[in-house]
Amino acid sequence: MNPFRRSPFVIAATVLVYFFLYAPIVGLILYSFNASRTNVTFEGFIPAYSENVVMDGSLVKSSPCGPFHWYCDLAKNNDVTEAAGNTLTIAFTATIISTIIGTMAALALQRYNFKMKPFSQLSLYIPIVIPEIVMGIGILTLFSQFFGWVNETFNLVGDGRLSLGIATVTMSHIAFMVPFVTLVVQARLQGFDKSYEEAAMDLGANEWTTFRRVTFPMILPGIMSGALLAFTLSLDDFVITFFTNGPGSTTLPIYVYGLLRRIITPQVNALSTVWILVVFFAVLALQILQNRDSKQHS
Amino acid sequence: MTSEFAVEMRDVVKRFITPEGGEIAAVDHVTMQIKNGEFFSMLGSSGCGKTTSLRMVAGFEWTTEGEVYIEGKAMGHTPPFQRKVNTVFQNYALFQHLTVFQNLAFGLEMEGAKEDEIKKRVGHALEMVQLTGMDRRKPKHLSGGQQQRVALARALVKTPDVLLLDEPLGALDLKLRKEMQLELKALQQQLGITFIYVTHDQEEALTMSDRIAVMSNGKVKQMGTPVEIYERPTNKFVADFIGESNFLEGKIKFISKSEARVFVPSLNTELVGMPISEGLVKGEEIVVCIRPEKVRITEKNAINQNMFRGKVANTVYIGADTHVFVDLQGTRLKVWEQNRISRLDPKSFYAVGQEVWLMLMPENTLVLKKD
Repeated sequence: MNPFRRSPFVIAATVLVYFFLYAPIVGLILYSFNASRTNVTFEGFIPAYSENVVMDGSLVKSSPCGPFHWYCDLAKNNDVTEAAGNTLTIAFTATIISTIIGTMAALALQRYNFKMKPFSQLSLYIPIVIPEIVMGIGILTLFSQFFGWVNETFNLVGDGRLSLGIATVTMSHIAFMVPFVTLVVQARLQGFDKSYEEAAMDLGANEWTTFRRVTFPMILPGIMSGALLAFTLSLDDFVITFFTNGPGSTTLPIYVYGLLRRIITPQVNALSTVWILVVFFAVLALQILQNRDSKQHS
Repeated sequence: MTSEFAVEMRDVVKRFITPEGGEIAAVDHVTMQIKNGEFFSMLGSSGCGKTTSLRMVAGFEWTTEGEVYIEGKAMGHTPPFQRKVNTVFQNYALFQHLTVFQNLAFGLEMEGAKEDEIKKRVGHALEMVQLTGMDRRKPKHLSGGQQQRVALARALVKTPDVLLLDEPLGALDLKLRKEMQLELKALQQQLGITFIYVTHDQEEALTMSDRIAVMSNGKVKQMGTPVEIYERPTNKFVADFIGESNFLEGKIKFISKSEARVFVPSLNTELVGMPISEGLVKGEEIVVCIRPEKVRITEKNAINQNMFRGKVANTVYIGADTHVFVDLQGTRLKVWEQNRISRLDPKSFYAVGQEVWLMLMPENTLVLKKD
């Protein structure tokens, strides 16, 4: 029996930690069902009787969607769907590319010795430790300088001009995701003995078949953890996206930020709730994968 | 078969770059000729170059100098997947994400074998290692001994001409290891293929091998049958490494074509009728070597030649044998006596301090060069 289990301090600390971690989230979710449009105080749930939305001042008296009124409102909002689409497009593209690059980097760092290896290893940590805002500004400067030069040199006009957009956001996401993927895959490779590859070659598989049939399946859980981590990072990135997005490439975090500056309706809460659920399930999947991974090793 | 030898290493050197930038020769001018159908062991302690030698045959390492021949063909930089040898790895290296069947089928798929042929051959191989019915299990759900058998079957299913085994029994407990030793030997005789076996366990090597190469510091110290290696070590290293030996330092006083007379300063006496080995010359500093079980111990002086009086320093009962330590004027010799008689009576042991006579029979004694 753990002697700390019943200590009042432990209980108090536990309650406090959970309260500060989850009370805001619970509140946020609760307010997404708020009948009040101003969303300052909770005015109760919305009943689901009418076929039409009935408003009384800032109070929603009834709605065909019932308590889920703001979610229906959200679904009708084209800006949100566009932002969600952008976010997922960027997250998927950036995850796939950064996972491939990161995995290759991890494999190279694992099995080869080269002069610049310590430098390469160190350079992986730098994007992780430097403030995101510094990286954001840096990337923006790079893009605007480069685009300006290209546009001027090649006399690009109108739609032909290079400008910030989904491509620049995706590229900058890849830039900060690669180190995360590399480090996660590297950790997984620590336990990967090269004798598995030797065994495959010994049995007649060439280098590519060995990678495809043995190395890749064996390190796949590690690659998946890295990819999922990268995916969740991309999904909720605000700072770097803020600097590198342009017209038509608004992502959800940027959109929510925009909403907040105008008016806070429970729609923002509904959006956040949906989003929390998506990230939650992504993280859950990550955890399950990592657990299965560690069980395989023990 | 194109060549008399299944595998041949000619003057092979393997150098590695150390992290400090220096060079070490893990294998240093090794020449070995391994005959078809032979059970050949490389024996030595860790770092002696035995595993590196095996890896050069498998193709995981390339030689720095010299050449490896398989079936008479120079291997050069031939990759492992183009060599007709298969390996059983020390850690088994079973593919954890595949079932036992898939592990065995892997090598056959690489050959492009048809599905029914794969099924037939895998079934046969599993039968051979007594794992029939285990084909759907994943390796991690098998015991160590079973994993070892899967690793063996995975290599054998390819019907290689030469099977390379890198300490395959190292992870098993003693009893299982002894069972597997006999099983492996039986399997090798039944299949008639060449086994090259790497081990640090001398008993294992003596039990199974047709021939043994004793290695140290990247060099082959002696190559021969188990009996030759044990009974006629050609140098002090082998005499010391294989089994146990008593060593007496001496100098050759007289040498003829058949025997030598050796002066042993520590006993201040001469040993006569000593057998000679190649290259010994008069006046040379040598060591006289005798196995503890080959020293005769008696309580009274029967013959004068090569007999020494000593005092019992200690006796240790170890079941089948009793080890007697005898001091001869400051030199301590070990003598092993088989317990043919019951030792229940404490008086059946030599008493500490008792005077005994030791006899070194010339035919059981070796005169070896100093290393």
